[in-house]
Amino acid sequence: MTTVDNALGAIPEVSYAVEDDGYGHLAEMRVDPIGLFQRVRDECGDIGRFRLADRDVVLVSGAEANEQFFRAPDSTLDQAAAYPFMTPIFGQGVVFDASPEERQQMLKNQALKGDMMRGHAATIEAEINRMVAAWGDEGEIDLLDWFAELTIYTTSSCLIGKPFREELDARFAHHYHDLERGTDALAYVDPYMDIESFRIRDAAREELVALVQGIVDRRKERGKVAREDRDLLDVLISIDMTADYITGIFISMMFAGHHTSSGTAAWALIELMRHPEAMAEVVAELDDLYAEGRDGPVEISFQALRSIPKLEAALKETLRLHPPLIILLRLVQEEIELAGHTIAPGTMVAASPKVSNRIPEDFPDPDAFDPGRYLDGHQADLQNRWTWIPFGAGKHRCVGNAFAMMQLKAIFSVILRDYEFEMTQPSEDYRDDVSKMVIQLAQPCRVTYRRRVR
Amino acid sequence: MTLRVVADLGLCQGHQMCTGEAPDVFDFDDDTDQVVVLVEHPDESLRPQVVAAVQYCPAMALAMEEE
Repeated sequence: MTTVDNALGAIPEVSYAVEDDGYGHLAEMRVDPIGLFQRVRDECGDIGRFRLADRDVVLVSGAEANEQFFRAPDSTLDQAAAYPFMTPIFGQGVVFDASPEERQQMLKNQALKGDMMRGHAATIEAEINRMVAAWGDEGEIDLLDWFAELTIYTTSSCLIGKPFREELDARFAHHYHDLERGTDALAYVDPYMDIESFRIRDAAREELVALVQGIVDRRKERGKVAREDRDLLDVLISIDMTADYITGIFISMMFAGHHTSSGTAAWALIELMRHPEAMAEVVAELDDLYAEGRDGPVEISFQALRSIPKLEAALKETLRLHPPLIILLRLVQEEIELAGHTIAPGTMVAASPKVSNRIPEDFPDPDAFDPGRYLDGHQADLQNRWTWIPFGAGKHRCVGNAFAMMQLKAIFSVILRDYEFEMTQPSEDYRDDVSKMVIQLAQPCRVTYRRRVR
Repeated sequence: MTLRVVADLGLCQGHQMCTGEAPDVFDFDDDTDQVVVLVEHPDESLRPQVVAAVQYCPAMALAMEEE
């Protein structure tokens, strides 16, 4: 145990529920991270700390401390250095996250800008229809596998380009999933430690590079095509980037939007199955909304997607209870004040969506799934903009959140219009595997579907 | 009671959703890449547009106050 300076020493340290194996609370973070983060709030209040390998992590919660955390400029709190487990996934030299300036440039130039969303909505609807086309009248799916594959196609098509997406199949989704599982918190000790999770991660990345290399080779063989048939891959090939580097860029572009959307879609379906009355209301709302299009194909245009209040409320409540990221980390670069304490450079600081989203003072009966929090004039999200934080908050608030909500609304518009779903295992058996920093549904997580009779 | 629109420039990410929702109330400054509130006290008739702009702002940078 290293000694802490006086300023840090004034911040209470959380107790141990899993024995310190030399890396502080890391052992607990690998088996029950949510229990650890919640205990920090329960024992220490708005600010407390735990030990992660050789660092102290100061975890804040509550509106006031969260606002200080999220409003801090990049020069004070750095993101990239706080996520060492991402470097081997993206590859050396591929940036973790764009600066706010670069993000705005990305917004201006391409993919996520408001007026691009209508096109993305049409693309996503087509991808869902393609996946569902093979379903028939009834059958069974694994929620993790199915949504993970679907969101590989939607994110690649919208963010990289349709020609690239057409080259992908389930293999890409499979390897990508193995990458996501390579996020063991032991990366805080050494991201290249010789453990199974990291070996699988590195093998998966090589497989992805090989797949991309194949696509690159075919593009080069094919030669130049008309401008309108080109996508980002053609651009990167034209400036002589290697398949390894291109793969890193694509992995990083898709990472933020993949496991997050996939997991949220799965959890939304699970919560709606657990709450048949909420499901019935959402289905009735969708039936109403799309009734007009009965004689022809229903166009799920951006505008139609924007206002689906009951579905939106169900999705927001799913995000509150099951935020895809349970902890957001930063490395202190310049002294910062949080909850009355001065934190020195080199310290890690964190906020937890999982903990903040369930603060009972802000969200009464916090563990209850209640879409009513966002309906009939209630706005639990806007009213608690520093504690309702499934997308984070502040300048780094998930830049893809409008895209994500649109995608989720498109997915449920299609699948609930045509199918009914039923759990095949006890309700409480659907749970997250929290043993990695990227949390995912634990398998099995199977459901049956049946075409609706109307 | 009048409606007052507040934009938090510390949060705005330049998505430009609001200029689509309430074009009479919000504009966009290409130099700063941030929202510009054109009308701080919009007419009551614009309330539904402003409500939508606030609700769908991807950065949660907008707020409505009653004065």
